[in-house]
Amino acid sequence: MIEPFLALPVVDHPAAAARFNADEARTDWHDRSIWHAREKRDLAARAVPEWEALREAASQIKVHTLSRLDEYLAAFEAKAAANGIHVHWAKDAGEHNRIVGDLLDRHGARRIVKSKSMLTEECRLNPYLEARGIEVVDTDLGERIVQLRGEPPSHLVAPAIHVKKEEIGALFHERLGTLEGATDPQYLTEAARQDLRARFLAADAALTGVNFAVAETGGFVVVTNEGNADLGVHLAPLHIACMGLEKIIPKAEHLGVFLRLLARSATGQALSVYTSHFHRPRAGQQMHLVLVDNGRSTHLGRADFRSALKCIRCGACLNTCPVYRRSGGHSYGSTIPGPIGAILTPGLGLEKYRSLPFASTLCGSCSDVCPVKIDIPRQLYAWRQIIARQGHQTAGKRWAVRMAGTVLAQPALYRLLGRLLRWALRTLPRRLIYHRRNVWGRHREVPEAPRQSFHAWYTRHRTKR
Amino acid sequence: MNVGLFVPCYIDQFYPGVAVATLRLLEGLGCRVAYPTDQTCCGQPLANAGFEGESRGAMQLFVRNFEGCDYVVAPSASCVLHVRAHYGTLEQTAAVRHVRERTFELCQFLTDVLQVGRLAAAFPHRVGLHESCHGLRGLRLGQASEIHGPDFSKVRRLLRLVEGIELVALDRPDECCGFGGTFAVGEEAVSVKMGRDRLQDHLAHGAEVITGTDMSCLMHLDGLIRRRKLPLRVLHVAEILSGGAP
Repeated sequence: MIEPFLALPVVDHPAAAARFNADEARTDWHDRSIWHAREKRDLAARAVPEWEALREAASQIKVHTLSRLDEYLAAFEAKAAANGIHVHWAKDAGEHNRIVGDLLDRHGARRIVKSKSMLTEECRLNPYLEARGIEVVDTDLGERIVQLRGEPPSHLVAPAIHVKKEEIGALFHERLGTLEGATDPQYLTEAARQDLRARFLAADAALTGVNFAVAETGGFVVVTNEGNADLGVHLAPLHIACMGLEKIIPKAEHLGVFLRLLARSATGQALSVYTSHFHRPRAGQQMHLVLVDNGRSTHLGRADFRSALKCIRCGACLNTCPVYRRSGGHSYGSTIPGPIGAILTPGLGLEKYRSLPFASTLCGSCSDVCPVKIDIPRQLYAWRQIIARQGHQTAGKRWAVRMAGTVLAQPALYRLLGRLLRWALRTLPRRLIYHRRNVWGRHREVPEAPRQSFHAWYTRHRTKR
Repeated sequence: MNVGLFVPCYIDQFYPGVAVATLRLLEGLGCRVAYPTDQTCCGQPLANAGFEGESRGAMQLFVRNFEGCDYVVAPSASCVLHVRAHYGTLEQTAAVRHVRERTFELCQFLTDVLQVGRLAAAFPHRVGLHESCHGLRGLRLGQASEIHGPDFSKVRRLLRLVEGIELVALDRPDECCGFGGTFAVGEEAVSVKMGRDRLQDHLAHGAEVITGTDMSCLMHLDGLIRRRKLPLRVLHVAEILSGGAP
């Protein structure tokens, strides 16, 4: 099991989020631009009367598929092979990267174009191939921007949502020779398009991700807004598609459920601009598909967390999450950020990712917006229990919690300590209350402490009747 | 009917007026209300932090306190949700099952059990309703903005029974305030920012008062209001519905 960020230190989401919030104007901008996607999603969803029924159908199809994943994968492999697609199995990221690298070597491919794929991000394919002397160009505009910046995507469908157009202008000026100070999106996009066009034409191979693979037909579907997957695949003599095991659906008719949900949930579009169905290589082309496990079958074995594999990577839970919008995708330190990342990633390394299930107020918006109805808050809660049980909390916190547990089980002790606390808050000088370790009090007043609790009021006014 | 009043720990200690308002409201509507005096806390603060096991004593105490009541009513959606959703980890005795099924948030109880259609209360102010997440999406006290379906809100319906009240519309009608229990200190930066943004929404629409079903959210918002001396105040919905709010 390899997760690219595993080698890095323990993720400290609160610290990263605090750094993000140091620039409040930028945090506001980030929040507003992503909230806009949520608003567009709401409009698109409300235009579909059967929206909730679609969500339920999608959820049930995924639950069913996950319950027979082995059967559907085998059926898919047989059909795909019969269609002329070469199917490969990779147990982890390393195997996936080797398979892709060897295929490229065998075809003498030195320059490749890649459309958007979170799986290849997860497997850290780009640095692997570059180390083997292969030039990889990400062709999705957002992916291209983060590739040129040398950083991972911060969002599942909008990889460069954290970058301002002024910063893109400066980046393109330096890397693509656009006019200094240019910020017009149309102009900058055109510059990227011209730069990419030459790379498409020169590519020896095209890599794509997979949104859905259909067991019944052995075909797969790739969804983009820019047509970059199609352009790459139709020009290059070699097409390699990489997919996680959970992308399988049983029948072609199920696409009618998922495609209606996907774009609406992601961007508020009725349908993505390009929905491309691949079934077999064209004459003279080779088509390969790499099925990647990389921890997924282990996750499938975790009954409490299995349903996270229903995810279709629409990003709606990111867009709606008040924490994600105010902490940015990079604060999660994992390939999949946001609420879905916070329940998928802990399975890859509890010690390292222990702060992620706590990066939530359990507000539940993610679950209500999710097109496949993943119960994210319940899973966050369940991860918290495991993290605490396995001792991934500080000794101080464990001690405090044990004390609190004792106090709350003994009413007389609880009342005594409550009275003491209120007395202290009323009596102590302000500087002793608002000391450095009172995190609540950095930006908030503590509640005013009344002289009597409700218990005392009740005893005085009601029990003596 | 015999109603047990559950007063969450932080309301008992810091907001006794909210509990008094709840008690008077229920009594005014004809309920016989008992307050088991040996109650403490539902255990949620520990459990949400990952320490469900350590909260077991508090959970068992809660069940012992309330197993004899026909209904348990609390002025807190979050605590009620915890009892209903997470007491599943206790052995499901008849007492535990009874308490889980019969514990109600105040507005839920007024709507679903008492079916209140009139209130003797007036509150001539501009009020912003903070839809607490655990009430809205946990107990389904209203239609969440994410869900495609008929609009309803048990809390808003009750507030509309109050004479003179003016409920303001918000840009984001049900975004979280950022309290989140230990989240408020564990993720302090985001928590504070979320709270500020909620306040800004209420201020921009001319609210004088923010109300809601959960004093915990309001405690967080009030902490920000008082520190920044904003022209806003918070009141628990029980204080408005009981007619006792100034």
